[in-house]
Amino acid sequence: MDINTIWYALIAVLFIGYFFLEGFDFGVGILLPFVTRDDTDRRIVINTVGPFWDANEVWLITAGGAMFAAFPDWYATLFSGFYLPLFAILVALILRAVGFEFRGKLDDARWRRAADTAIVVGSTLPAFLWGVAITNLVRGVPIGADMQFQGSLLTLLNPFSLLGGLVSISVFALHGALFLNLRADEVVAERSRLLALRLWWPSAVVLLAFFVFSYSQTDLFTRSGLVPGTLPVLAMIMFVASTVLARLRWNGWAFATTGLTIVLATVVAFEGLYPRVMPSSLGKAFDLTVYNASSSPLTLRVMLVVAIVFVPIVLAYQGYSYWVFRRRVTRRSIPGS
Amino acid sequence: MDPLILARWQFGVTTAYHYIFVPLTIGLGLIVAIMQSFHYRTGNDMYDRMARFWGKLFVINFALGVVTGIVQEFQFGMNWSEYSRFVGDIFGIPLAIEALMAFFLESTFLGVWLFGRDRLPKAVHLLSIWLVALGSLVSAIWILMANSWMQQPVGYAIVDGRARLSDPVAVFLNERLLVEAPHTILAALTTGGLFVLGISAWHLLRRHEREMYLRSSQIALVVVAVAGLLTATSGHAQAQHTARTQPMKLAAMEALWNSEQPASFSLFATIDQKDGTSAREIKLPYLLSVLAYNNTTSEVKGIHALEAEDVAKYGPGDYVPPVAVVYWTFRGMVGLGVLFILLSLTGLVLWWRGHLERRWFLRLAIVSLFLPYLANVAGWITTEMGRQPWVVQGLLRTASAVSPNVGATEVAVTFIGFTLLYGILAVLDFYLLYRFARPVAAARQGQHDSGLGDVFAY
Repeated sequence: MDINTIWYALIAVLFIGYFFLEGFDFGVGILLPFVTRDDTDRRIVINTVGPFWDANEVWLITAGGAMFAAFPDWYATLFSGFYLPLFAILVALILRAVGFEFRGKLDDARWRRAADTAIVVGSTLPAFLWGVAITNLVRGVPIGADMQFQGSLLTLLNPFSLLGGLVSISVFALHGALFLNLRADEVVAERSRLLALRLWWPSAVVLLAFFVFSYSQTDLFTRSGLVPGTLPVLAMIMFVASTVLARLRWNGWAFATTGLTIVLATVVAFEGLYPRVMPSSLGKAFDLTVYNASSSPLTLRVMLVVAIVFVPIVLAYQGYSYWVFRRRVTRRSIPGS
Repeated sequence: MDPLILARWQFGVTTAYHYIFVPLTIGLGLIVAIMQSFHYRTGNDMYDRMARFWGKLFVINFALGVVTGIVQEFQFGMNWSEYSRFVGDIFGIPLAIEALMAFFLESTFLGVWLFGRDRLPKAVHLLSIWLVALGSLVSAIWILMANSWMQQPVGYAIVDGRARLSDPVAVFLNERLLVEAPHTILAALTTGGLFVLGISAWHLLRRHEREMYLRSSQIALVVVAVAGLLTATSGHAQAQHTARTQPMKLAAMEALWNSEQPASFSLFATIDQKDGTSAREIKLPYLLSVLAYNNTTSEVKGIHALEAEDVAKYGPGDYVPPVAVVYWTFRGMVGLGVLFILLSLTGLVLWWRGHLERRWFLRLAIVSLFLPYLANVAGWITTEMGRQPWVVQGLLRTASAVSPNVGATEVAVTFIGFTLLYGILAVLDFYLLYRFARPVAAARQGQHDSGLGDVFAY
């Protein structure tokens, strides 16, 4: 494997980590109004992701930074091309963070309702838009010989990509529900589990539709023939397993399977792209690849050393923080309830 | 309207706004860590209450620093794609390392610190706030390394019209970083100190929890005195470095149109950019030679001479930065810096004599709370506007750095969007800080604290 490919894989790992981790805190944010009855419930739900969401978001920042360093042309074309969706994501992430951080700072019902709205909107919108963005990435967008994006906002809002947005919303919501099932107070947890079971069917329909359409809309599967590879099938199996396991109350395993669905789906997307990083819909010659969009070999080598040293350290202490906060957020732990 | 102008305004507004929160995160993080260490060592409850009080203000401030920081990282690709393509090979490195080394550390251990108070051994909980403080410090160094490369590009070769890394060690140990990082970080510590001093003074004026706020203000005074003085000396080093590496910026900082030997420091001038002249000048002889070269004899080149050099080197064009802006922001920064040093020295003398609670001094301290923000932003405007028309000194012009495929409407949408959102957030943030900082809120908050300990939780 050459160093460009290693870096492509590393960036894929960062996005996988981001979607797996932020996936459940997006889900928790999306479901906030649907699994709670009173303010204490809502504080329980928010506190399940309280110690984590900020560090989860750093996976995105690191992915962005690594993209900038390792594939400047990918970073430049993608970010200037997906301009308005990224703006919407930024605004949403700001609202969400402020909602989380400021909600408990004032003892006022209207303030808290506003914060809840910020959290719900700020979680739902990016959960949808990341699906739209990744789908567009895989589907291909108009990129010219000068590596510039030539489309507009409407190019990005095509039906297939919007369907991709629905897929990411529903999978993140499921993932979040099963996270709440693990970490929230028993009552909220059970409510979340039941919601996950109910959400599964519509999600399955969306996912199946997306799968079928991807034959005509992308070259993900057609590149390797009519029979999808092992990974897409495995992703499907994990998705099916999640509802079975949730029904059996194998709660940890159920959460792991939605997580694996996200991981495998992201792997399929990145594997399908390779060696391209951004295929052009205007012709193969204009594709951005891991070679024509990359930094110099020296930069990639320097960065690789840094990554080899620091990624394990980061994983170790993030793992530690999840271990510290492994127990359920109980009703009793909410002051004044 | 020209997308370039809009993109520049957006970058200026979002960066200046982001930089309201950053220095306080760095300065206050360290101060909270020190306070909690005092509690750990002495077991004195006062230090615990102190660390919690300032910790809350730290958290409110931290939140906005983080979210406005993501905008910064995305903005390079969104609005400045040609810049990103040109510098990515080098500039991307510190950015990626900053996220990997610093942002993970800060955010993970802030979570541990906020939610782990009752769950962790005291030593581990103390360690977590120190790791947050360390993270913000490390983050500053990497992002300043990126900025330093824009001021003084090193360790590169131009290949196919782009900067390519040739010597990573040169980038990591950029001479410019060695003057810029100390100055910026010390100014951040000064900001944190003045914040604590000002709010403590407010409580002392109201005679609220005298012992705790007296001790807080003493800690803050020591921080401001030491960091403030060193900000000045490191600033001097940076000015000397600028004289050698960015002479046009230095000339603009002084509105020095014509070369002088020895050069005098300008205290006041009215500046005419079009004619290239200044009028109504008040000058202190020799002082600019001292500032630039640490002697009273050296020549300092003027804008006209430097412009002729630039035209000879880079071809026809306008190489003069907006002089009045650079001149006045520099004066604002230096003037405020001197004020902070005087304030802290006065405070130390009063403390020595046992008169720290003189009302005039406390009032002065409250007013000074707002000033470091102006000084910080003024300093950044000086150094960034002083580099124009370049975005990377001598290599890439700002006008060539903007995204060619992003139209004026799109930039206008994001510029207006961010400005409105940031405006609302500023009001909320200020209101929350006010609520949590004011003497009465602290008393109520104190009652609220007793009982279950997860008060930092949401």
